[in-house]
Amino acid sequence: MITATVILLIIGVLIALAIGLVVKFFAVEVDPLLEQVSAIMPGTNCGACGYAGCAGYAAALVGRKAQPGDCPAMSDSLLHQLCELLGVEDVKKERRVAVVFCSGNDQNATRQAFYNGVNRCRDAMLVAAGAKSCTYGCLGLGACAQACPYGAIEVRNRLAIVHPELCRACGLCVQTCPKKLIRLVPASAPIHVFCSSPARGSFKRNACKTACIGCRRCVKAAEENQIRMNGFLAVINYGNPPAAEVAQSCPTAALRANVTQVEANKDSSI
Amino acid sequence: MKSGIASMTEPEIRLPDAEQLVVSSSPHFHCGNSVAKIMLLVILALLPACLVAVYYFGVAAFRVLTLCMLFCVGTEALCSKLMKRPLEINDFSALLTGLLLGMNLPPGTPSWICLVGSLIAIGIGKMAYGGMGQNPFNPALVGRVALLVSFPQAMNTWQIPGMDSVSGATPLQELGMLQQKALAGDSAELNEFLQNIPYGDYMLGNMGGSLGEACALALILGGIFLIVIRVVRWQIPVFMIATVAVCSTLAWLAKPDLCAPPQFHLLSGGLILGAFFMATDPVTSPMSRLGAILFAIGCGLIVCAIRFWGNYPEGISFAILVMNAMTPLLDKVTMRKPFGTQKKAVKNA
Amino acid sequence: MSKIFRFHGGVYPPEEKLASQAGIQVAPLLEKYTVPLQMHIGAPAKSLVQKGQKVLRGQLLAEPGGYVSAAVHSPTSGVIKEYGSCLGVNGTQWPALIIESDGEDQNQEPMPPISDWQNTDPKILLKRIEDAGIVGKGGAAFPTHVKLSPPPDTPIDTLIINGVECEPGLSADHRLMLENPDQIIEGALIVAHILQAKNIYLGIEDNKQDTIELFREKTASTGAPQVYSLKVRYPQGAEKHLIYALTKRKVPRGGLPLNVGCVVQNVASIYAIYDAVVNGKPLYERVTTVTGNPVVNPGNWLLRIGSSYADALKLAGGLKEQPAKVISGGPMMGVSVYSLDIPVTKNCAGLLFLSRSQLSQFQSKACIHCGRCNDVCPMRLTPGMLGIQIENDRFDLAEAWNVLDCMECGCCAYICPAHRPLVQHMRRAKTEVIAKRQAAEAKKSS
Repeated sequence: MITATVILLIIGVLIALAIGLVVKFFAVEVDPLLEQVSAIMPGTNCGACGYAGCAGYAAALVGRKAQPGDCPAMSDSLLHQLCELLGVEDVKKERRVAVVFCSGNDQNATRQAFYNGVNRCRDAMLVAAGAKSCTYGCLGLGACAQACPYGAIEVRNRLAIVHPELCRACGLCVQTCPKKLIRLVPASAPIHVFCSSPARGSFKRNACKTACIGCRRCVKAAEENQIRMNGFLAVINYGNPPAAEVAQSCPTAALRANVTQVEANKDSSI
Repeated sequence: MKSGIASMTEPEIRLPDAEQLVVSSSPHFHCGNSVAKIMLLVILALLPACLVAVYYFGVAAFRVLTLCMLFCVGTEALCSKLMKRPLEINDFSALLTGLLLGMNLPPGTPSWICLVGSLIAIGIGKMAYGGMGQNPFNPALVGRVALLVSFPQAMNTWQIPGMDSVSGATPLQELGMLQQKALAGDSAELNEFLQNIPYGDYMLGNMGGSLGEACALALILGGIFLIVIRVVRWQIPVFMIATVAVCSTLAWLAKPDLCAPPQFHLLSGGLILGAFFMATDPVTSPMSRLGAILFAIGCGLIVCAIRFWGNYPEGISFAILVMNAMTPLLDKVTMRKPFGTQKKAVKNA
Repeated sequence: MSKIFRFHGGVYPPEEKLASQAGIQVAPLLEKYTVPLQMHIGAPAKSLVQKGQKVLRGQLLAEPGGYVSAAVHSPTSGVIKEYGSCLGVNGTQWPALIIESDGEDQNQEPMPPISDWQNTDPKILLKRIEDAGIVGKGGAAFPTHVKLSPPPDTPIDTLIINGVECEPGLSADHRLMLENPDQIIEGALIVAHILQAKNIYLGIEDNKQDTIELFREKTASTGAPQVYSLKVRYPQGAEKHLIYALTKRKVPRGGLPLNVGCVVQNVASIYAIYDAVVNGKPLYERVTTVTGNPVVNPGNWLLRIGSSYADALKLAGGLKEQPAKVISGGPMMGVSVYSLDIPVTKNCAGLLFLSRSQLSQFQSKACIHCGRCNDVCPMRLTPGMLGIQIENDRFDLAEAWNVLDCMECGCCAYICPAHRPLVQHMRRAKTEVIAKRQAAEAKKSS
């Protein structure tokens, strides 16, 4: 019993020594700057910077191959820290958010048939493109919500909704959406046209209750160069976004603020 | 577009109501087979052997089989609940696992061992891996092997049919003991044993063994039924039994005074049960036919190795479990070349 | 009669050929036709007509938009009401011309008939096929003139006429063969003349005994085309497998039939070629089966291209009961649709209605690795394993396991006891893998 304990003890001490020696002599030199820069990274590896994950971007920054500000997920204060660390001039970047340009949830745009198949957007696209009354509308199976590393997208009533306060504009959802309904826009814009259908107004009116029917009222209500028509679809000029009041001119509520923002305002008023 | 259909409806001609339609990917026909049907057919094929077991061992056999099935289904239901998954006991796979586990136990197994075996078989052998289709090892065998190594006393108390309270040894155990004796110099008993092997009794199940090992004839009938209706593929049982037959023949020819003849190896122990019902478990056997053949040959070789040289008298369970672990590899190795793959000679020409 | 070779795998779905005894009926003139501009693989056709323009039956509406493209002709005389869009079978909007019929159905001066085709340059015949807008009417709708123009270094010795019609339910090809045997035989000879092919085989599944006997009788003296009776087995009509069955040649992976000196043409395309060459008639109508248990009078109709599915259903007397599924094409490879506003296209061989009891609605379960899909896959793939890989988004593995060889015949999903949507998985993986390859190629070239 005692012999066994002693032998084990000796083996333990020897191995500990060996490990210690290995750590001492084979240590890899790490640039302290790289460690500091890596600490600032959001660590979600979303890839929006164009590098292979956060570590890749950090290495590129330290190697002066990349510019600070390419990371869309970084907050302003962290960006400021990063610029100080790297000893470069402060980079200002405009905060952007993703917006799902569709409001065709189950009440607004009806389902034409029961879809029996794999419950993912890209799979549903292969079967009658999702069998929704509006062939351009959101499928509501949440490919974007799954892709979002920040949990900013919710599927509500079979319609994807971005929570702007959580969105870090990494753009993964933009690539994921098979219907190409998601775009990144400046977070300061108060209202958006929640419709992406290029079809004729009468067609859209049948397909969806909240489609942009191309009536041009918002164009008249807004100041010049704020909203223009692209075929039958009103498009906001995000360089010069219209004021929130313009939304009242829209007869179908396609032009409105983000649902979650509306809810947030309601909550604060109570 | 919904209104489009409605407007086209004329009084005398009915057109479809869009909301009641289903869209799905092709194909739109299905052969009508289902997992539940497959499992039920396997259970049906096991019934003759169960009846024989109940005939020989009476209420004890009935108790073990029913308890195992009950506990297995219960365990699956409990696990599904804990794992917050939809309850899928209606595919009868847990019922089949319970039946197979029961058939691998001795007739006099205490109820609490049945419970432990079921918990291990379904809980650890199946649900811990993610449930139906995800388990790498045959759950019934996981349960049996766990019981075998944990409770050797209870798992090796065999009854001789017809003699209720008398416990004896299985033929393989007897052979193993006598071989030990013969190697020690006393070969008289072995010779006597080898000369008087009651094959007819083995065939009809009149021997000591676990419930499912009892009647080879009933198992073969059930197995052939499964092969004929194409629920299991013939490659696994045929190649597994053939491998055992070849190996035991070779051993017998080499040492006829020490080894049992091949027919003894085929009929004693759980080879028939294992080959027809355990090794053919779809989840844990390879998908390709070539993979299945390799799998079966591997099972046969390991069975023989354990029977000839191993400490345990019987090795079917271990053989199948070891080959279960090989299944993903076999599937990868035996990946087929798609239709139209050019042979190298053609490519060069 | 040489030997017929059995391909690996295949399934035996119920035949359900309800309309096989119903003769082809000519559909009456409709008020409105919606003619899509892309009814073929390749570039969309370019419209040549203006809104409000008057057109005649057979008039060229749109010219091919490239080499791999096909012309579109007017199905009747009338006025172009609109250059708009229509719902397509894949659920997206297709550009289409909407023609309001004037009820007179005036025919345009037909193209000059080429009755002496034996002594005509194949190039002229090919030009005629191109001008007539003929595409593969069996399913893929590949422009026929492209298919019949093999590169000069690949000689074609065998023309195979596909009269198999292995899809359950459909009987359009069957009726066409039964009612127009002479035209199809002459059409086959025309195509063989174009290709300079010395062997002409006609493959028919043996559930169409009447047709086999008829063609054997008709070809008894000439021996061309040679008629082969094939055992019923799905997918006997798949191009590669039909070639294998009749010639034992295996089309190489990723290759085309012409790599083994074969060209396969569907009987409906052959009939259209005959019409175009001998009668100078462009492709603006086709035989389509309207069938299914809920249909009052299942049958086969000669429909103008651009008739809506609703019109086709009305010809068949409407429905006895509420259908659960509407399928464009057959039950094994057809596309389920949710609207009857979709127009009949050049490759629409059938319109199938399934009642609720026939529905194979599935709740997919976990794969039990039973290997049945392995046994039935005619391409010798491992669909079960591919399904698991694709479910986990491992498209790289799926590519290594040859998902691109899948032809979506549906045998695996038909046989799967766990009701797994394997074909949908394969289609998804194929689109992903092809997109990945295209992206890699674009990167390389830039």
